[in-house]
Amino acid sequence: MSAEAAGISSVATAGPGAGWALLASELSVLFRRLRTWAMLIALAAVPILIAVAVKLSSRPATPGRGPLFLDRITQNGLFVAVTALVVCVPLFLPLTIGVVAGDTIAGEANLGTLRYLLLAPAGRVRLLLVKYAGAVAFCFAATATVAASGALAGVVLFPVGPVTLLSGDTISVGESALRSLLIAAYITVSLLGLSAIGLLISTFTDVPVGAMAATIVLSVVSQVLDNLPQLEWLHPWLFSHHWLGFADLLRQPIAWTSFGENALLQAGYIAVCGALAYAKFSNKDVLS
Amino acid sequence: MKATDPHEPGPPVAAGLAIETRGLVKRFGHRAAVDGIDLSVPRGSVFGFLGPNGSGKTTTIRLLLGLATPNSGDISVLGREMPRALASVLPDVGALVEGPGFYPFLSGAGNLLRLDSADRHAPSATRRQRVHDALDRVGLSHAAGKKVRAYSLGMKQRLGLANAMLRPRELLVLDEPTNGLDPQGTREVRGLVRSLAAGGTTVFVSSHLLAEVEQMCTHVGVMSAGRLVAQGPLDELRSSGQAHVLIQTPDVERAARVLARLGLVPGEAPGPGSPREATALLGTGLNGVEPESIVAALVADGVRVRGFTVENASLEDRFVSLTGEGFDVVG
Repeated sequence: MSAEAAGISSVATAGPGAGWALLASELSVLFRRLRTWAMLIALAAVPILIAVAVKLSSRPATPGRGPLFLDRITQNGLFVAVTALVVCVPLFLPLTIGVVAGDTIAGEANLGTLRYLLLAPAGRVRLLLVKYAGAVAFCFAATATVAASGALAGVVLFPVGPVTLLSGDTISVGESALRSLLIAAYITVSLLGLSAIGLLISTFTDVPVGAMAATIVLSVVSQVLDNLPQLEWLHPWLFSHHWLGFADLLRQPIAWTSFGENALLQAGYIAVCGALAYAKFSNKDVLS
Repeated sequence: MKATDPHEPGPPVAAGLAIETRGLVKRFGHRAAVDGIDLSVPRGSVFGFLGPNGSGKTTTIRLLLGLATPNSGDISVLGREMPRALASVLPDVGALVEGPGFYPFLSGAGNLLRLDSADRHAPSATRRQRVHDALDRVGLSHAAGKKVRAYSLGMKQRLGLANAMLRPRELLVLDEPTNGLDPQGTREVRGLVRSLAAGGTTVFVSSHLLAEVEQMCTHVGVMSAGRLVAQGPLDELRSSGQAHVLIQTPDVERAARVLARLGLVPGEAPGPGSPREATALLGTGLNGVEPESIVAALVADGVRVRGFTVENASLEDRFVSLTGEGFDVVG
């Protein structure tokens, strides 16, 4: 009787856990890696460089004319974060996301750890999900790094005061910080589609550099196509179409249309690339 | 001994088969890397999986563990059908496949923690303790905190073995486990395999080192060009090889006639020997012929016998006769 009870309890403890340990491990491996830190530090340097350069070269605005775009930050340091995000969206952020997303599966294959993760067994679908979650976490970390570093540089180097929005309304410093976070969230969402593309490419190769390069090239191609007026029919379908469309978040009241459209588009890319990555990876012969 | 008999009875230690395959085929393009093999690995055995490089050993292991999908054939591991039961089978299987694979930027212990957390069945409460014990078992405790980047090949190999032993396993699949190890390490691995086997774990170990297999295995399977050319208990495989007698005599020709009469095939003895002291190597099996009757016949015919040795076939002879003389990589 007691042996039976012991048997039952041992079965209960041997049952599969929720499996959050793998996600925790993935995040810890990602963020303990020197490469991740190097990329985040490089991103953090962008707003600092912009702020310092503007600080050193700015002249008082010519009477009767408004200040130049970059010079606006001399009036209010809170603009540094937004300016830095605008500068980073086309290339620097896709570059770092391409590295992380392209590395997801191909990097493990290259190290030989993919077979040991699968033998653990991690489960192929679960591994794919955890890897994508890691890439998403990096998207957020990268955007937040630029925003935070920009805010810090702005506060240190320039005067800070109430912000005038594109709609002409003025908001307080606290609210403007909230708007910066909102923009960071918008950009994080913008990069989810690219991350899914990187994950998909990563399932096709054992060479991480190849997957990274392909992902980055696609992000450039998408933006080039988005600028060709002859391909206007294609523009709404390009994953980079809404990348700089966060101006609506700088109006009062906030227009959520572009946020929604962007989120929907990115969700579409996640669904399609995720399904293809699943189809590829679940049947893949792991020979690395 | 029949070359491959899937219904071969297991040893008395445990009933049933730990690994069984039927008509397993894996093609890469037009080339069949694994060409219809029927493996039977009895539970509780230490099964040596032999074969020259490129004979399909590692591919077979990938198929057994669900890393690759076979083109046809059935696999059952620990009595459950693979790859369908993969999720429930793999937690009971420890594996080292085609060398160790680790994150160079993590420590040895960090790598094991990472791989252990990938297993949903592995209790997290005991994770650190189990990692510590596994490292201790392979003699890596002192290097637990060192980055794997700084490990030698032998240390990585040990770490790979520690990973296979993170939890109590029913089956261990070790692909070339002594690769890169020094003689001391090789001995330790042999001791480790023996102690695991004594604890009831079935060990499936692939190797191209015959001496190693001869020293630690109870059963052997031999691969050649994607086919399983022989399998069975080690002793059976060894004895099915051809024993021969070595006679030292100056009367070579007369001795050869006697041997031919007895149904043995005379041949040249290997190694140095002056023509006067010429020896006769007598090949084909002593099928039913008693060694002492050979001596009696030789003496009766006036052959001066100066030395007489009966040599059993070594596993190496058997291996070479099964897989071909040249250790050519099958491409």
